[in-house]
Order: sequence, then structure tokens, then C-alpha cells
Amino acid sequence: MNNKTFLTFLAIALFTSISFGQTRTLPNHIVKTLDGDNFNIQNIENDGKPIIISFWFMQCKPCLKELNAIAEVYEDWQDETGVKLIAISIDNTRSMSKVAPFVNASGWDYEVYLDPNSDFKRAMGVVTAPHTFLLNGNKEIVWQHRGYNDGDEFELLKKINQLVK
Amino acid sequence: MREITLLIITISISFLGSSQETNLGEIHGDFNLNLQSYQEDLQIGAQAADEVILNNAYLNINYTRGNFATGFRYESYLNALADYDPEFNGNGIPYRYVTYKIDGLEITAGNYYEQLGYGLIFRSYEEKGLGIDNVMDGLRLKYSPMQGIYLKTFIGKSRTYFTYADGIFRGGDSELNINELFNSESKTRISLGGSFVSRYQERSNLVFKIPQNVSAYSGRLNLNHGRWSYYGEYAYKINDPANVLSASKMNYASGNAFTQNISFSKKGFGIIAEMHRTDNMTFKSDRDKDGKAYLINYIPTLSKPHAYSLLALYPCATQADGEFGVQFDLFYTIKKGSRIGGKYGAKIALNYSRINGLNKGSAFLNDTREHTPMLLSIKGEELYFEDINLSINKKINKKVKGNFIFANQTYNKDFLEGHVPGDYGVLNSTIFVLDFTYKIRGRESIKAELQTLASKQLKDYSNHGGVYENGMEEPAEGDWGMLALEYNSAHWFFGFQNMYNYGNEDVSKRLHYINLTAGFKKGANRFEIGYGKKREGIFCVGGVCKLVPSSNGFSLNISSSF
Repeated sequence: MNNKTFLTFLAIALFTSISFGQTRTLPNHIVKTLDGDNFNIQNIENDGKPIIISFWFMQCKPCLKELNAIAEVYEDWQDETGVKLIAISIDNTRSMSKVAPFVNASGWDYEVYLDPNSDFKRAMGVVTAPHTFLLNGNKEIVWQHRGYNDGDEFELLKKINQLVK
Repeated sequence: MREITLLIITISISFLGSSQETNLGEIHGDFNLNLQSYQEDLQIGAQAADEVILNNAYLNINYTRGNFATGFRYESYLNALADYDPEFNGNGIPYRYVTYKIDGLEITAGNYYEQLGYGLIFRSYEEKGLGIDNVMDGLRLKYSPMQGIYLKTFIGKSRTYFTYADGIFRGGDSELNINELFNSESKTRISLGGSFVSRYQERSNLVFKIPQNVSAYSGRLNLNHGRWSYYGEYAYKINDPANVLSASKMNYASGNAFTQNISFSKKGFGIIAEMHRTDNMTFKSDRDKDGKAYLINYIPTLSKPHAYSLLALYPCATQADGEFGVQFDLFYTIKKGSRIGGKYGAKIALNYSRINGLNKGSAFLNDTREHTPMLLSIKGEELYFEDINLSINKKINKKVKGNFIFANQTYNKDFLEGHVPGDYGVLNSTIFVLDFTYKIRGRESIKAELQTLASKQLKDYSNHGGVYENGMEEPAEGDWGMLALEYNSAHWFFGFQNMYNYGNEDVSKRLHYINLTAGFKKGANRFEIGYGKKREGIFCVGGVCKLVPSSNGFSLNISSSF
């Protein structure tokens, strides 16, 4: 197959994707719980309320900033919107075993899962961390955001509020 | 390979076309482009590129519909960036796959990434920053006959650059989760696993009868009880001598490794102790080739991966051929409103790691089947790396957040960088980092980072006959300072960074390495341009390292996720 044929196929594939106004859902993927159990990410539940999925790792400074900043207001967010945050650690086996003591010590009340060989990360098209997805009550991805600067959590809250009003 | 790609795309499109349902599936992926120009700078030793501009880029496309998934990655190296192996050359589709899942069975044809346990005997993964991608090409089956039992088997070849290495891998893994199996909600959770992998590679040595099928095994145990957690894994590899004398291994020693950790944590407090030992455990996709592109297993490095530049100036890398290491971590949150914690509290992390050689050298170095180094040995062994560091993270007031780190690191430059003992010696550095963020308003903020590194030689090499004070023929880099300033708003960001090697023994090398960046980001897209000088150095991710040459020039990075 020459490059021209390939590009034609690529163009058709991309065009088809654009033309059917897709909704995006979570792929069927197994991640690990902090206890070492297997968990299919499609089984996350929040009673029809919004879910935040945030990809992070321990060495990533902006990731920790984001999760610490949300932790400070998380209780209020939960009371007001019922939102739940799922933190997906992409730490590889060098730091994976430190995730549980670190998360507990940080006092985060998030649901945390491990993705040590980045399989779920790859399936979600995540290039850099932090990468945050917002899911509506039907577990469809409605918004995503890359990176974190101080104050970005309020943009996220705005999007959550749009979902629950 | 291209025919298969065509087939995959045709299948996906026919799936779209033939569907009678409203759900036509989903297409998503990501894109990344890195362009860099290279100008000559004799002072820092940067070379110009003949092409002026070099390029690394890739595009991932994934299509999923229910339990069916397919996708590919287009990669472009025209030509590869200077810190990449020039073997990455040209354009191609080195990654394409089809996966189908039904009733607990998952079938993958084409490319797949796989990791068995902690990766001690097998890990196929990608780390774009390092230029590592040893993805498998072949078939993989995963099956879970019932809750709590997970079986995996695969066959394939492993990617090196744009081709596949000689070895054919056959592997399998089984995991038994007792609690899942008996649907138990017990406080004690037990999970057991066993892995096997075998590499076939034809022998070409006429004199020695070397094994054509080289197998490796591992067993693992994960125990959780309330606030306690334990993980242990042991791995063994049979002898794997090379065909050619020029390769680094021409011996009949077997290899083994073990790693274990135990942790305790509760709200506000966590502690973990880890140890590992590895002896002759480099496992490659081609027994006659050296270099990280051929590695097929992964021994996690037993030191903290650092995010700040000067803390990572002299990084540790695993010596799979032989090392023993220990590591401790403590995480503690000082409560809000307490006397020490103040209004906002503070987070403290303390880390210590120490890695040394094996007693009398590893089996590999001694080149014999009989040699068994002592199991546990620290005293009197050659020190490879030691790091003690304390980090305090504190919100000072509504506007200001700060991070303070102190570290003391010992780095055996001779050993870790593969020099003759005495060439560079052992470095001891004391590092301070101050990092403040000031929130102006809304999503606008300023960040300032100040880092210093004071280094000294631990060994006296005055008999080395060198020309510098430290007795060496190369000047010691000595002390470093670094200042970084950053402005961030909702969509724009600007950065300035200066690394200054003010303590270099060679006065003409007391240079400033200045970098400027500016960028724009919105949603899932990010654009960044930069200009600056990079120091020649070692860049590591997860303990796997690459040598980055010094460079001087402009860069452009565009990345997108959809």
C-alpha cells in the first residue's frame, strides 16, 4: 500500500468519525484497586451524578497541586453537586506501591485506581498529566482539560454546575 | 505490515457502514509534534544539525464500538531529534491492533503492551520521552473464567525502532484473587500470581552449545490487612549467554531478582519500606545486542523519582546486572489549625534510599555458574547511589503556596555512567529547592523556583594524574544554581529559566543555560514554542536513562487529544 492509499483511508476514517456527532463513553478496561483487586472502569457509579476522572502520578507537580486544591473544596462540591472524583494513578511499578500510603497520608477522599502499564491511559488518549475528564450522569465524557494552573478547579466547577442545574 | 493496517481500517469502516444501530462507535486519539532546531554552540558543546530542523511526531487513532476496539499509531521521524537514536528514521505505522472481548475472553491481534507482575521478567511499554517502545507484535489472549481468576497468554516479537528483534516470546500469567473468588469482604485480602516467559532465538555459535529457548519465571504475593499492605515478587532466569564475544554477556550464569515492600497507612500518615536485589537479570529481546531498545524486562529503580531539575541532575538507574537496595518513605500531614500546621496545615514527605553493589560482584561479573553472591550485604560494598530528602508542602495564605525541599545525594558517577573507576569519582551534592506560587486572581498566577546544588568529590583521585584540582582530566561541574519564573493564565503561559553552573572548575565553562517558553492552551490542545540551551546530561524516567546531548535552538511542541 502506498502512502496515498493510506492517507485516503485515514481521511475516510476521520471524516466518518466527525460526521456522526459521537458521544464518548469509557472503554472496557481493567484497573487495579489500592488493595490489589481488579476493577472494570466501566463499573464506576455515582447514582446519575457527574464524575471527574483525573489522571495523575506522584512525581507530577501540577497533578498534586490540582488534587490538593480540589481536596480542600471537595466536601463542598459533593454537598452542592454530588460529584465524585476518581483519581487514576499512572505511576509505574517504581512508585506504584507508594500510592496507597501517599493518598491516605494526603487525606484525599477520592476513589483511587492504579494503571501501572498505562493501558487505560492509552485507551483514553491521554498524552500528558494531569488530564481531567468530566462525565455526565450517563457516564458520557462531556468535557476534558489538560494541565493545571492555580484556579483551574473553578472552571471545572462551572462545568459541573452546568451539568447538575 | 501495511496490508494488515489496511485490513484493520477496512474492517473498522465496514463496521461503521454496516451498522443498523444508531451507535456507530467512537473514534478518538491523540497527536503530538515536536520540532527542534539545532545551532552550533561551541561553549556548551552543542552541534548543529545538517537538516537544521529535526522532527518527532505521532498520531494515535482508536476506534471502539462495544467490546470491539481497533487502532493504529502513525509515527514520523524526519529526522529524529538529536536525543533519539538515529535508528528511528522515516515514517511508518509501527502500532496497529484489533481487540475483541466476549464472556470474559479478550483476544488481541497485532500490537499490544504487556507487563507481568512488577515487570521483573517481562515488560513491554512505551516511554516516548526516552525513545522506548518495545511493543509486542503477535497474539494475546486474556481469560477470566470466573471472578477472581485471571489468565493471560501471549506470543510475539518485540519492537526495536522500526523493526522487530530476533527473539520470539511465548508467555503466560495467572492471577488468583482469593477474596474475589470467594466473594469475601474480609479485612485480609490475598492475591497470588505466577508468570512464565520464554524467548526463542536460533543459536549461531559453533563452539558453545548455548540455549535457544531461554525461560524466566516469577511468583508474586500481595497481602492486605486493614491498614497494612505487603507485596513480594521473586524472579528467576536461566543462563543466557551471547553468541558473540563483543556483546556484554558471554557467560553461563543464571539470573534472579526479588523485590518486596511493606506499608502502613491511615488518614494523615503513611509509611513504606522497600528492598530489592537483582543479580544478572538483564533480559533482552536479542541476546547478541546491547542497549535499552532491546530490554524486555523492567527492574524498578529503588529511589525517589524527582521532578525538580537539580534534584534530578544526577539520577539513579537500576543496575539489573547486580545491586542491592533499600528505600523508606514517610508521608505525614500536619493538621489544619494545629500549632505547627497553622491555618492551612502542611504536608511532609521524607525519603531515604541506598543502593550498593553485590558481595564479590554479581554472578555476571564473575562469569561463572558457581558464584553466588551473599544474599544481603551492605557493609563494605561499593555504594552506587544514596539519597535522603525532605519535602514540605505548605499553603501559606489564600494567595501563596510553597514547596521546600532539602536533599543530600551521593552519586557514583564512574559506575552509573560506565566510566573507568577514578575518571569522575563519586559526587556528593546538597540541594535546596524553594518553589512559590502566587495567585494573582482567578486563573492567573506567578510561579518562582529557586534551586541550588553544592557538590563535592567524595574520593581523592590525586594520583590519577589529572590536570584539575580534583585530580581528574575532566573538570568537575561543581556547584549549580537555578532560577525559574513562570506566568500562567487561563490560556497563556510564559516561562523563563536559567541554570547557572557557577562552580565549574573550568572557569570558561561557568555558563548560563537560559530557556524561554511561551504557549497557549485551550481544552485538549496545547501549543508551545521555546528557545534555549540544554546541558548535556542524563535524563531518566522510571530508572531507565538516556544521554541527552547539549543543544541550542528553537523548539515547537503541539499536542492534542480528542
